[in-house]
Amino acid sequence: MAKTHVSTSINGEPVEFLADPGSSLLDALRNTLGLTGTKEGCGTGDCGACSVTVDGRLVCSCLVLAVEAEGAEIATIEGMAQGEALHPLQRKFLEMAALQCGICTPGVLISARALLEKNPDPTETEVRFGLAGNLCRCTGYDKIVRAVMEAAAEMRETV
Amino acid sequence: MNVITDKLRVEDNKWIGQRTIRPDGADKVTGRASYAADNTMPGMIWGKVLRSPHAHARIRSIDTSKAEALPGVKAVVTAKDIVDFPLETSVLLGIQDMRWMCRNVMAREKALFHGHPVAAVAAINEEVAVAACALIEVDYEVLPHVIEIEDAIRDDAPILHDFARFEGKPSNIAGTMTAKLGDVEAGFAEADVIVERTFRTRPIHQGYIEPQACTVSYSADGRATIWSSSQGQFMVRAMTSLLTGVPQSNIRAIPAEIGGGFGAKTIIYLEPVALLLSKKSGRPVKMVMTREEVMRATGPTSGSFSTVKIGAKRDGTLVAAKGDFYIQAGCLPGGPLRGPVGCAFAPYDIPHVLSVGYDVVSNRSKVAAYRAPGAPLGAYAAESVIDEIAEQLGMDPLELRLKNTARSGTKAAYGATFAKVTFEETIEAIRDHEHYKAPLDRNPRPGVRRGRGVASGFWYNAGGESSAQVNITEDGNVVVTTGHPDVGGSRASIANVTAELLGVDHGRVSVLIGDTASIGYSNLTGGSRVTFASAMVVTQSAEKVIGQLKERAAKIWKIDPEAVHWENGEARPAGPNAGQFPPLTLADLAARASETGGPIGAGVQLNTAGAEPGFATHVVDVEVDVDLGIVRVLRYTAAQDVGRALHPSYVEGQIQGGVVQGIGWALSEEYLYDRQGRLENAGFLDYRMPVCSDVPMIEAVMLEIPNPKHPQGVRGVGEAPIVPPLAAISNAVHDALGTRFYSLPMSPPKVLARLDEA
Repeated sequence: MAKTHVSTSINGEPVEFLADPGSSLLDALRNTLGLTGTKEGCGTGDCGACSVTVDGRLVCSCLVLAVEAEGAEIATIEGMAQGEALHPLQRKFLEMAALQCGICTPGVLISARALLEKNPDPTETEVRFGLAGNLCRCTGYDKIVRAVMEAAAEMRETV
Repeated sequence: MNVITDKLRVEDNKWIGQRTIRPDGADKVTGRASYAADNTMPGMIWGKVLRSPHAHARIRSIDTSKAEALPGVKAVVTAKDIVDFPLETSVLLGIQDMRWMCRNVMAREKALFHGHPVAAVAAINEEVAVAACALIEVDYEVLPHVIEIEDAIRDDAPILHDFARFEGKPSNIAGTMTAKLGDVEAGFAEADVIVERTFRTRPIHQGYIEPQACTVSYSADGRATIWSSSQGQFMVRAMTSLLTGVPQSNIRAIPAEIGGGFGAKTIIYLEPVALLLSKKSGRPVKMVMTREEVMRATGPTSGSFSTVKIGAKRDGTLVAAKGDFYIQAGCLPGGPLRGPVGCAFAPYDIPHVLSVGYDVVSNRSKVAAYRAPGAPLGAYAAESVIDEIAEQLGMDPLELRLKNTARSGTKAAYGATFAKVTFEETIEAIRDHEHYKAPLDRNPRPGVRRGRGVASGFWYNAGGESSAQVNITEDGNVVVTTGHPDVGGSRASIANVTAELLGVDHGRVSVLIGDTASIGYSNLTGGSRVTFASAMVVTQSAEKVIGQLKERAAKIWKIDPEAVHWENGEARPAGPNAGQFPPLTLADLAARASETGGPIGAGVQLNTAGAEPGFATHVVDVEVDVDLGIVRVLRYTAAQDVGRALHPSYVEGQIQGGVVQGIGWALSEEYLYDRQGRLENAGFLDYRMPVCSDVPMIEAVMLEIPNPKHPQGVRGVGEAPIVPPLAAISNAVHDALGTRFYSLPMSPPKVLARLDEA
C-alpha cells in the first residue's frame, strides 16, 4: 500500500515522514525517524515503555497510528532535557537511583511529567495510580515513587 | 535503613558507600542509551521466526520453497542449518547442555511446545518476513501432549523424549538430584511434632520489559559481529559459535544495554539464527521478538509440585526435614533442581535431611533461570511448614528460626560447611524492627482482614571468572573496563571502588563494559556474582596500577619504589628518610608516563572465589478483601546481610525489586494453558505483574557484615530477596484468614473459592 505523507512536530521541531497507513507512531519514531529513546516492551499498550504525549495527552505510541501524528505536537524523551539541563524528574531519577536496567525509564519519565502537569502536588497514592500504566520489573517502584514526589516538591518551589 | 558493623573501615571510605550518580545514568534518562533493539546497520534486513502451532508434533518435513520464492525474501533457515548435538553425548557450556540448546533454538525431530521455532526467514522488511513464514509448509504428525507435572509423571503420560528413563522405564522425569544428611527416618522417629504438606506453584515469567533482540552482521571474510543484550556477551559468543560452527575468534559479541534479564538472558534464542540468516543472505539481519513470542517461547521459570515434611522436638529443635521437589523443566531437561534441593533447608541446622529434586519435562517452553533459580520454590514449601510447626508448638516463628539457625561450622545437606553464617542477624533485625513489633489492626473495617507473616531465605551466591582492565588516560583520568553486562547498577559500584582505591574524584572514573574482543573472558552476570567478582578483579587491577604509579614517582625522584606512598590520588615520599619531594598527582604521573616507562594500566583475569552465601528474613503485612478475594500487601520489610553496600541505593534496589517480583509470584502471576496446550495469557494484560499501585514502599534493611573473603567485604545481593516473599505472604494470608493456601498464586478466584468453602 502506498505510504502516507505526514507533517508533524516532534519536540518542537517540524518533521515530515512517510508512513504505512497501518504502522504505529512508535514504529515511525523508532524505525523511520531514529528516535529510539521511546521503547517497545509489548506493542499492546500494556507496559507504557512507549509513552509519549500527543498534543499534551499521554498515550502509548504503539496504540497510535503514525498517520495520526499529522498536524500534532509530539513530545518524546529526547526532548525532555533542555540542552545540558536535565528536567527535574530526570535529575531526581539519577540522584535517587530510580532506575536499574533503564528500559522503562523513558516511558516512566514521560508519564510522570504528564502526571505532574495535571497534579503538581500528588500524594503517594496518586503517584502510584498515575504510573500504574508503566511496568517496571527491576525497582519494585519504591525509588521511582520517591523520585517523582521529590521532583514534584522541587518543581513546586521553583514555580 | 543501614546497619553497619565495621564503623572504622566505613569512616575511612570516601566513595565506597556513597550514593553517587551512576556512570550510565544520563544516557538512560535521556533516551540515548542503546538497547538491543535500538541498533541498526546499513543494508540491514529483518528476520522472523515461524513457530509450531502444536504443543507436541513430529516434524515429518519442511518445505521452504514457496517462502524462498516470495519477492523480498533473502534467506530461510531451518534446524538443518543449526549444528546438531546428537542425543548420545552431552556437551556442556556452563550449566547448559548444547543437546538441549540446539533443539531449543530450532525444533529438530519434534516440535515440543506451542511456539517452538521451526524455521526462520530474513526479508527486506518485517511484513515480508512474516508473509514468507506463512508460506513455509511443515508436515506435522500431531502427538498427544502433556502440560502439568502431575499429568506428566503418570504412567500413561505421553512421553516427550525416548531417551529419558526413570527407574528403568521411559519417563518424563529426565533426571534427579539428591542432598542428604544423617538418617531422615531416624530423625523423624525423634520428633514430637511432624508437619507434612504438599505445595503447588505455577511457572512465572521473568518479565523483563525489553524483548530479546539482536542484529548480526556476517561478513564476506567469515567474521561475524553480534549486537544483542544478554547477561553475558561471552556466553553469546560461545553459544552462537557452538550452534553455527563459526569459531569464537571470528565472532565479536557487543553487549547492548540490557533491559532486564533476571536470569532469562543467560541463554540465547535469536543470535545463532540471525547469524545464519546473515550468512545466507549476505546482509546484516535484525531480529526482535514480540512480547507474545517472549511469553510463549522464552523462559519462564519452573512451576513446582513439592512435598515437605519437617519434624521438631517439643522445645522447637528441628530434628528432620524431607523434601520431594518435582520441578518443571519445560520441554527439554534442565530445571533448576539445585535451587529447592540445596536451599530449602540450608538456613537451618537440621541433623537429618533428605531433599530430592525431579526434573520433569512437559510440552512447555524450556525454562530459563530466574533470580535464585528454583530457590523460592523450595523456600515456599519449607518456610510454610516451619510456620505451621511454630503455630503447633505455640512459638513465635522468628524464635523458632533463631533456635535452629545454621551457624559457622554447620554442614548443609548440599555439601558445604559454612564458614561465616549471618542468618541469625537477619532474623534478629526483623524481630527487633519496629514493623514486627507494631500492633496490627486485624479487622480495620467490615469485609477486610489483616495478617502478618515472616519467612527466610538462602542463596548460594557465586564467584567465577571475571576480567577487568584499569587504564590511566594521558590526562590523568581513569577508564575501567569489565566484561559483565550491567543489569542493575554494577558500574556505579565499580566507579565507587575505583575512585576509593586510586584516591581520585568519582567524576574522573569512567566504567565501561567491554565486548568479547576488548576484554578478557568473564562469566555470566547472574547468581549474585557480578559486584562480588568484578569488585575483586578491579581491586587487584587498581592495586597493580598503584604499584606502577609508585614506580613512576620513584623513578622521577630517583628513590626506591618501596619509599613511595600512594595517598589521596598522589604519590608522596613514605617518610622524611625517603627525601623531600612535592607530591606527584595522577595527572602529573600520566603526563610523564612516556618518559617513565610507557602507558599506565593493568588488568586482572581471575577465577574469583570466596562468595559467601546470602541470607534474608522478611516480614509482611497483608490485607484480604473477603468480598473480592484480593490480597494487598500493606507493609513489607526485608532484612539481608549484604556484606558491604558499595552503592547503597542499588543494593536497596536489588532487595526492593526482588521482593516485588516475589509479590507477583505469590499473588497474581501464573502461566495458563488451554486444552490444546497453548499459553492463554501471553501478554502483559493477562499475565499480571505488579504495577506501581499494587505495592507499598519496600523497606530494605541492609546488614553490612563484611565478607572476610572479599577485599571490600562484598556479599552477593540480587538473588536472596526473591526467596522469602512467597512463604512470607502465604504465612501472612494464613494469619489473616486462619486458613492456609498450599498453592500459588493466591489470586482472587482462588481466595474467594477458599472463603466460600469455609
